[in-house]
Amino acid sequence: MANYNLHVNGKQIEVDVDEDTPLLWVLRDHLGLVGTKYACGIAQCGACTVHVNGEANFSCVKPISDVADEKITTIEGLSKDGDHPVQKAWDEVDVAQCGYCQAGQIMSAAALLKKNPKPSLDEIDEAMNKNICRCGTYHKIREAVAMAAKTK
Amino acid sequence: MADITKTNRRDFLKIAATATGGLLIGFYWSSCDSPKVKVLSTEEVLSKAHNFNSFLSISPDGDIVIYSPNPELGQNIKTSFPMVVAEELDADWSKVRVLQAPLDTEKFDRQLTGGSGAMPHSWERLRKAGATAKYLLMAAAAQQLEVDQATLTVEKSVVTHKASGKKLSYGELVEVASTMEAPEEVLLKDPKDFTLIGTPVRNVDNKDIITGKPLFGLDFYREGMMHAMIQRPPFGKKIKSVDDSEARAVNGVTDVIQYDNFVAIVGHSTWPLIKAKRRLKVTYEAEGNVESTADHDRIMKELLESKEARTMRSDGDVEKAFASAAKVVTSEYQCPFLPHAPMEPMNFFAHVKGEEVELIGPTQTPDAARMQTAALLDIPKENVTVDITRLGGGFGRRLRADYVIDAVEVSRRINAPVKVTWTREDDMIGGAYRPAVRYRFSAALDEEGNMIGYKLRGVGLNAGNAVRQDNFPSGAVPNLLIENINYDSTVTTNAWRAPITNFLAYAEQSFLDEVALATDKDPVKFRLDLLEKAKSSPVGAVNYDVDRMIGVIKDAAERSNWGKDSNIKQGFSVYFSHRSYVAQVANIEMVNNQPVLKKIIASTDCGIVVNPTGANHQVRGGIVDGMGHAMFGNLVFEDGSPKQKNFDTYRLIRMKEVPDIDLNYIDSGFEPTGLGEPALPPTGGAIANAIFAATGKRLRSQPFIEQQEFSDLNLQMFRS
Repeated sequence: MANYNLHVNGKQIEVDVDEDTPLLWVLRDHLGLVGTKYACGIAQCGACTVHVNGEANFSCVKPISDVADEKITTIEGLSKDGDHPVQKAWDEVDVAQCGYCQAGQIMSAAALLKKNPKPSLDEIDEAMNKNICRCGTYHKIREAVAMAAKTK
Repeated sequence: MADITKTNRRDFLKIAATATGGLLIGFYWSSCDSPKVKVLSTEEVLSKAHNFNSFLSISPDGDIVIYSPNPELGQNIKTSFPMVVAEELDADWSKVRVLQAPLDTEKFDRQLTGGSGAMPHSWERLRKAGATAKYLLMAAAAQQLEVDQATLTVEKSVVTHKASGKKLSYGELVEVASTMEAPEEVLLKDPKDFTLIGTPVRNVDNKDIITGKPLFGLDFYREGMMHAMIQRPPFGKKIKSVDDSEARAVNGVTDVIQYDNFVAIVGHSTWPLIKAKRRLKVTYEAEGNVESTADHDRIMKELLESKEARTMRSDGDVEKAFASAAKVVTSEYQCPFLPHAPMEPMNFFAHVKGEEVELIGPTQTPDAARMQTAALLDIPKENVTVDITRLGGGFGRRLRADYVIDAVEVSRRINAPVKVTWTREDDMIGGAYRPAVRYRFSAALDEEGNMIGYKLRGVGLNAGNAVRQDNFPSGAVPNLLIENINYDSTVTTNAWRAPITNFLAYAEQSFLDEVALATDKDPVKFRLDLLEKAKSSPVGAVNYDVDRMIGVIKDAAERSNWGKDSNIKQGFSVYFSHRSYVAQVANIEMVNNQPVLKKIIASTDCGIVVNPTGANHQVRGGIVDGMGHAMFGNLVFEDGSPKQKNFDTYRLIRMKEVPDIDLNYIDSGFEPTGLGEPALPPTGGAIANAIFAATGKRLRSQPFIEQQEFSDLNLQMFRS
């Protein structure tokens, strides 16, 4: 066990966990931030996507010891009231079916638009290809990312 | 036409809530024999712990609460059910709040998600509930305004008396409404007067989904609860020995328990359990058949030759027809076992407290969870409560309660509340798959190319009935024989989105394409000719509506410009399942001399479309699902266990692989007839037939990308 001083969603939080604990499980089990999802645990599906210093990262394979000094943003901290342009587009386009993967999708899309505010459809596809949606909402995801890029 | 429909007064409860001044009109979603009238406070009714939940409430502020009884797994029921109530009620949708109801078999009917059946089953009773509540409110308004009820109109929760210009909102009327007598019969709207049904309404849980609120079973947490993971045996094996010393040594693990054929690891959080599971050493020995995919292939091929098969349907004299045929076409098609792989892995919370059990989690069948728990613990079913969380996908997997029982077994042994979580690997190797099936189709053709005989034999591994004997083309062929053989495998199976038809449709529609080509007929005309026969001179029982099937075929052909552009290679498919009809055309175009699947055009007849956004989701999602699994899905068994254990080796379809999808709905005027599943079955056939049209290669097994024909062509199937 070791003590870590984390920067999550603009707050400093102390946790006492084993150093190999993935960020995902620290967020979910120790900080109660369950918006970040577990689905594969091996960096294949993107359901666990969070921002580490603004970049999209798979939190399921990020040991806590690697991110202790980094700025972490989760879906809960993406905006104050769900009003990030990507979140608003997700609501307006009505993207979700079951909704389980969508927090990860939104975090991937938000990271993409930060880096590339006006992505082409191919660039959207390329960036969002990391995230699996088992319900098959891909067309709506593409539409929502394009809408968020326009309104940003 | 507006329908007058009988109500049952005893279906309705009118409740005056005194404590807060709030007033509630309750109704049963199902009929109930004994009238019950209760006086409750708003808090009592809103409190989930209270045994009264099947209601719509209208507060004096005009806020409307509607409970949604069926589990929501992405099929949009939590949005579309209340829409139907609100439509007949003429409610202001912006003031409607929807809550998930817990399991209550007395109040709710068919509280499960499966078979695309919720909307067809509940359509009329939801409308009656809304219409009756509206009647009571209007009666209250008539009394209050001292006017004839017939002179009143309602729009968005406001009753208007036109002549005087007086208006009363529902909130102002609830108190008087609660004193009104429920009507003997109510007038339901003419569908052309619908103002909410047929308009795109956003998912009622959107806000919580996009902000990451705890909605799903895996998100459930309660102070003091333990976590557990379970090691399960390969199929056909039992535990020989367990060495848990290294697992127990993991920091955060509190216990390792062996029961039956399982080893449960218990701890305070999830990660230590994942670590401990990797350190757990369990050896197994054979207990039954320890099977591999090579065994499955051999068994299915052998059984296709068996002399014994169950006759599911026999019309005319099929042997005579084949003996006299000018031409016979025969083909075999096969599919592998598939996991459901919903994004949220299996999980459930259980707290066994002596003779009582509390269950919370994602389930498609809360009642099965309760009944199996009651049976296991030998307690009355009334002692088991089930709260339903949102489901992170289901696809049929959560129709099985095995993972609920996991939590019950652990909770009763550690005497504490516990949430059992399956890892992705547990989910992939833990069974309850779509069954592996092999089909042999034969068609007998006369000199003119008429299909005078048709034979289908299905062999399934734990598939039950692997055929659908009364589906098309039954009824259209004079001599027909449909047979089934089931093999009892040790590999467990379960309903998988559009059970059986998820593969049978592809096999049948590909085979019919082969037959059409053998007769030199256009595949669309070939199907339409058969349907004309089923209509004009049906042979035996026909369980599909010929005109509705013709309707979607013609619409899909027209909108896809079927056969009109020689640069576009097209494949056609049509299927009837779960009461609805879907035809699809797949378009393949040559890009840099490579065939690329550009577009799928779908025509759906599901009756009245309740929520267009939800409907588009189901059809588009069904197509993506059907395409992904036809292309990539494979589970290969070795020594009783699948080789694919996670998404690195088990490939799911991704963003870059989906083609454009063009949707249309036939306005057939029928009541809603099911949409969670029907769009999936036709997709594989449309794609396989388009690949044949483009390349001359016929894909007869799934997944496509692992077929020799596919790799020989080096097909670049995808858009980008």
